[in-house]
Amino acid sequence: MHAEIKAAGAVRRINFAQLASMREAGLIVIILALCIAMSFASPHFLTWGNFRAMLMSFSIEGIVVVGMTILLIVGGIDLSVGSVVCFSMVVSGALFLAGLDPWTASLIGIGVSALIGAAMGFFVTVIGLNHFITSLAAMVIVRGMCLVVTKGTPLSLFTLPPAFKAIGQGSFNNIPYVILIFVVVVAIFDFLLRRATAFRKVFYTGSNEKAAQFSGIRTNQVKFWVTVLCSTLAGLAGVIYMARFGAATPTFGAGMELNIIAAAVIGGASLNGGSGTIFGAILGMALLSVVTSSLILLDISVYWQDMIKGCILLAAVSIDHFLHRKKS
Amino acid sequence: MTQAPILEIRGLSKAFGAVKALSDVQFELRRGEIHALCGENGAGKSTLMNMIAGVLQPDEGDILIDGERVSIHSPAAAQRLGIALVHQEIALCQDATVAENIYMAAINSRRAPLMNFQKLYADAQKVMDLLAPIPVRTRVADLSISNQQLVEIAKALTLDCKVLMLDEPTAALTESEAQRLFSIVRGLRDRGISVIYISHRMAEIFSLCDRVTVFRDGRYVATDPIAAVSPDDVVRKMVGREITQLYPDKLAPQEPGRLLLSVEGLCDGRRFADVDLQLRAGEILGIGGLIGAGRSEIAQTVCGLRPMTAGTVALDGKQLRLRGYGDAVKAGLVYLSEDRKGSGVFLDLPIAANISALDLSRLTGPLGLLDRKAEDRQARELTGRLGVRMAGTDAAVSTLSGGNQQKVAIARQLSVDPKVIIMDEPTRGIDVGAKVEIHRLLRQLAGSGVGVVVISSELPELIGLCDRVLVVREGRIAGELTAGELGEEAIIMLASGVQDSSTQRQAHNVA
Repeated sequence: MHAEIKAAGAVRRINFAQLASMREAGLIVIILALCIAMSFASPHFLTWGNFRAMLMSFSIEGIVVVGMTILLIVGGIDLSVGSVVCFSMVVSGALFLAGLDPWTASLIGIGVSALIGAAMGFFVTVIGLNHFITSLAAMVIVRGMCLVVTKGTPLSLFTLPPAFKAIGQGSFNNIPYVILIFVVVVAIFDFLLRRATAFRKVFYTGSNEKAAQFSGIRTNQVKFWVTVLCSTLAGLAGVIYMARFGAATPTFGAGMELNIIAAAVIGGASLNGGSGTIFGAILGMALLSVVTSSLILLDISVYWQDMIKGCILLAAVSIDHFLHRKKS
Repeated sequence: MTQAPILEIRGLSKAFGAVKALSDVQFELRRGEIHALCGENGAGKSTLMNMIAGVLQPDEGDILIDGERVSIHSPAAAQRLGIALVHQEIALCQDATVAENIYMAAINSRRAPLMNFQKLYADAQKVMDLLAPIPVRTRVADLSISNQQLVEIAKALTLDCKVLMLDEPTAALTESEAQRLFSIVRGLRDRGISVIYISHRMAEIFSLCDRVTVFRDGRYVATDPIAAVSPDDVVRKMVGREITQLYPDKLAPQEPGRLLLSVEGLCDGRRFADVDLQLRAGEILGIGGLIGAGRSEIAQTVCGLRPMTAGTVALDGKQLRLRGYGDAVKAGLVYLSEDRKGSGVFLDLPIAANISALDLSRLTGPLGLLDRKAEDRQARELTGRLGVRMAGTDAAVSTLSGGNQQKVAIARQLSVDPKVIIMDEPTRGIDVGAKVEIHRLLRQLAGSGVGVVVISSELPELIGLCDRVLVVREGRIAGELTAGELGEEAIIMLASGVQDSSTQRQAHNVA
């Protein structure tokens, strides 16, 4: 029954790529508008120091957003990223304290994160559970593991060698390494997602899993590896956090998953799978970060922050729903 | 005695944005008649139905019920006026039982705080049994598509309606189910209920309906008593041009081509057993049989989409060892799914990406990167060859009409230069014009040496298009019919296993 309506609308329909770039342009406009308004409201906003602080604040989370966006595109979701970030940090920290050199310890931390992803991927693809429940369980289990490893107390890592701490605290030509790493990760995966054949399969699987199977794509393999990728990037973020803070707290990263998912969704990733861009998700992250920074500079109580972020998410999803309803 | 028609449409127009879906159409439904509404996809039939059912609002014009102007502002208002619509697409609650679905509207308007399940099941079973003995305590999700369609119809039967609109009710039904539906619809007519019947199948229209109205491009063309026109007349009015030949010429009887596909003793341990099948170059092999007989399962198993427990598949003389569909595609054996929206196309992805999905490796460079220029070139070439009407190769497939979506799905199969192409219901739910184009294309492919297998529930299609037809019954090949033996009666007899021609539908072949 919709065929006729669709045929009728075809002439004026905006296409896929345009819709995505429209969303990104819209986000840029909103972010710029906020920045301009804030530069009048607060003299401290438009300073390199503040920008650096904002970039730093979302750079490490931004690495996790990259993995989450790809997972959302394949039709999955990962609630465990906050716990995995923390576990990677705690495991690396504990291994360092046990005498391992920090680089090897970090690699093991990232490897363990990948294994957690593989375990979730197993439950999703072989057992047949959905991502939501699987990662909800993983979130709780891995958080428990953090507490077990640390016996509940933060690990003090001030003995980390300066060369390692530099990852989180140093800079190159006044640009922090953290930001450089973030930019490199984003650039690589944004490029791969647009151009690489392997990542095209992520879109097919998320858009219509059955049709993908009927095109000879092994959708379970795709879902498995994307789940592993998301956890691995969370593990990478955990190690960088460790270098930045010089400590590993077993409660770190609680609630982080919500911020990450919100950023990806504001940036255009659909919870139904099949759509999303990394650039958009990073813009979503940037918007949330600018808003947080503005609230602080305007001296608005931190208690308001979560409420306002939640409202932004709701607005973004509503706009998306409206655009989608018009589409079909 | 002149009585006002039960439903009359005067000067109705509806536009979606700049496009006029209906302009100044008229329609008249008499009390106690079955009135066919015909037209190609995009002619405006569904738009009209949706306006009568209160789903859409007209821009201009009047709807009269019993001679009085009414405004039908919601589906609930339509229900109060005694209008019921059975959608072409299934809209049931998948996780509720059949009974709960059938009485959804009634449950919704009931005041009692508790459900009386005993009565609900008993009443629902009575209605359901009129159509088919489907147990009403079953979850809808566990039913086949054709049974879901029957539930959808049963749901409409429970509404106390004066006007019943059926939008392609038989698209997913088997022959015998369709027959049962027809006798029920006739029974309703005899009780004074008026029926609007939308279908692409001329045979049904001519055996069931009293009058026929044709729409074309959103305009009213004509209304005639069915006795005064022939199927050819109706098709001509629908298309607005002469379709000289609905089906392309068949293979001239000559020496058979090289053996392309040979299947022996295929079993899957569940749905079918001992299937033998041979396909020669240049021919179109049809596979007929009732829905649920195992036709799709056989085809999917041949292509490695489902596991086999015994048997061999040989392509072009070479035995295939399939670990998955990917292997079949590499060998040159492709399958087109019957469920276009569910598993045929990626609705929100661009046309070019839809076409390239089957074999990305041929578009991939040495670094694992996709050559998007080549992808676009391939899409333009194939859509051009198949005559896909579209805004551009980067438009989402959801923007296309059903027929064009199907062409995109076929383009994907052709993108790998297959040796054998198996098509499951290649023309289901698409309009006459696109159907003819697809049939011609299949014949062309066969002519160029590609092996073509067509699974179809439409008897005229099997008879008109195929050189040879295998009929499947309950998971086994019940028989083979060669060109000379092809006929509706012969196929039905093999498919149902009954040697009785009285179950056969009146054979009005469009061709």
